[in-house]
Order: sequence, then C-alpha cells, then structure tokens
Amino acid sequence: MTATLNGYILLSALLFAIGFLGVLVRRNTLVIFMCLELMLVASTLALVAFSRFNGTQDGNTFVFFILTVAAAEVAVGLALIVALFRSRRTVQVDELNALKH
Amino acid sequence: MGSLLFQLFALLTVTAAVGVVANRNAVNAAMCLLLCLVGVAGLFVQLDAYLLAFLLLLVYAGAIVALFLFIIMLLDVPGRSAWNLRKLPTLAGLVAFALLLAGLGSLVARGQLRAPNPNATEGVGAALKPYAYQLFTTYLLPVQVMGFLLLVAMLGVIVLSRKVDGPEDAK
Repeated sequence: MTATLNGYILLSALLFAIGFLGVLVRRNTLVIFMCLELMLVASTLALVAFSRFNGTQDGNTFVFFILTVAAAEVAVGLALIVALFRSRRTVQVDELNALKH
Repeated sequence: MGSLLFQLFALLTVTAAVGVVANRNAVNAAMCLLLCLVGVAGLFVQLDAYLLAFLLLLVYAGAIVALFLFIIMLLDVPGRSAWNLRKLPTLAGLVAFALLLAGLGSLVARGQLRAPNPNATEGVGAALKPYAYQLFTTYLLPVQVMGFLLLVAMLGVIVLSRKVDGPEDAK
C-alpha cells in the first residue's frame, strides 16, 4: 500500500469542502441535505484512514456511530421536509422565508 | 498498485461529489451521491475496513439514497429546477469554500502526520472480532445511547408524518 495518510486526509478534506460548498450555494432543500450527508461521509473517511495507519480500532468503531446518527438524521430530516412541503408547497429555501423580519 | 487504485477511487469520489453539487436535477444529484459512496466504499476496502465498506453500501446506498429518491419522487419537484443563484450568497459561499479548502489544505500539507508505515502495523479493521469486542466493552454505553436515539428518531418521524389539522391544512 503506497497511498499515504496525507493523501487520504487531503481527499477527506476536499470532500468535506465540496459538501460545504453545496450546503452554502444550493437552494433545493433535498440537495442541501445530500451535501450534508457528503460531509458526514468525508469525516468517516478521515476516521478510517487514521485508524488504519495508526493500527488502532477506535476510529473504525466510531464509523458505526456516525452511520447510525446519519440514518436517524436522514429519517427525521426527510420527514421534516415532507411536512414542510405539505404546508408550504415548496422545497426551495428562498421561498421558505416565514421567519424573515 | 495501491497508489493507482487510490487515485482511481479518489478521482471517482471527487468527480461524483462535484456532480452532487453541480447537478440541477435532484434525481441526478442522488445518483451522483450513490456513485460517490461507491468510491468511498472502495477506499474503505483499500484501508482494510471490509465490514465498514459493506455497511456503507448497505446503509447509505441501500437505505439513505433510496429514501432520498423516494422523497424526490413523492414531492414531485419540477424536473430541472433553475439554478437561480443570487450573486451575493453564491460569492460568499465560494469565498467560504476557498477559505476552508486553503485552511484544510495547509493543515494537511504542513501538518506533522508522521504515521507509522501501514505495512508494519496489521490492519485491525479487517477482522470482525475487534469490532464486536469494542462495541461490547469500551463503547457499550454509546451503543445503548444509539439505540435510544433510533427509538426517538422513529417516534419523531411517526409524529411528524401524521396528518395535522392545523389552520393551513383546514382549507
């Protein structure tokens, strides 16, 4: 295995930054949610890489918990989006401005 | 060999991630997310975390992306929603992206990541026994908390998806 730890961490940081950009730039709630998932996956990649290169197990075990939290988060978030769509008929964040002013 | 595979999967992952952000169609974005997860699972395999690669595909690709697609179909969002990017928020987002990338990049490039040679340490993530051992000893309390979290999330989703007779639905 010749890929270095730096390479994995750089890739993880890049994935996180791309997800961050998506959260900031996109206007569709569902796509924003997908980008949040992307950021979570990037963090798991860093955990697994550190775990492998240091020969420890804790990082791998933590990925379990991240997966569980991500699954719960997606379920609740999508239920919220559906409830929001039911009452406001839109998923665009620009039009969800009831709390403005 | 390992380096070539790493580069291949890294390229696939980053391209698919850019696709998630750049795609106008929400369904295509979900498909790109699926591709990105496959790339990350391939990287997990190269890191000797076979169980985690399998779980990532099972939970993310099997459950989460399917749920996303289901909700996209259910809401029937108009196919090609326009970008409708407003100037200032987009500019701010790009600046924030560049700053985050520069900060993380400098941290990675100059940080002292002196990890031991992976060939010297055996891949502990390859076997199943360490997972089970840790989950039932060191991380027993977090496992219980996760179970409770899942229960609460399930109850929350049931309550949220109930038909409410609010003033907006009464018309």
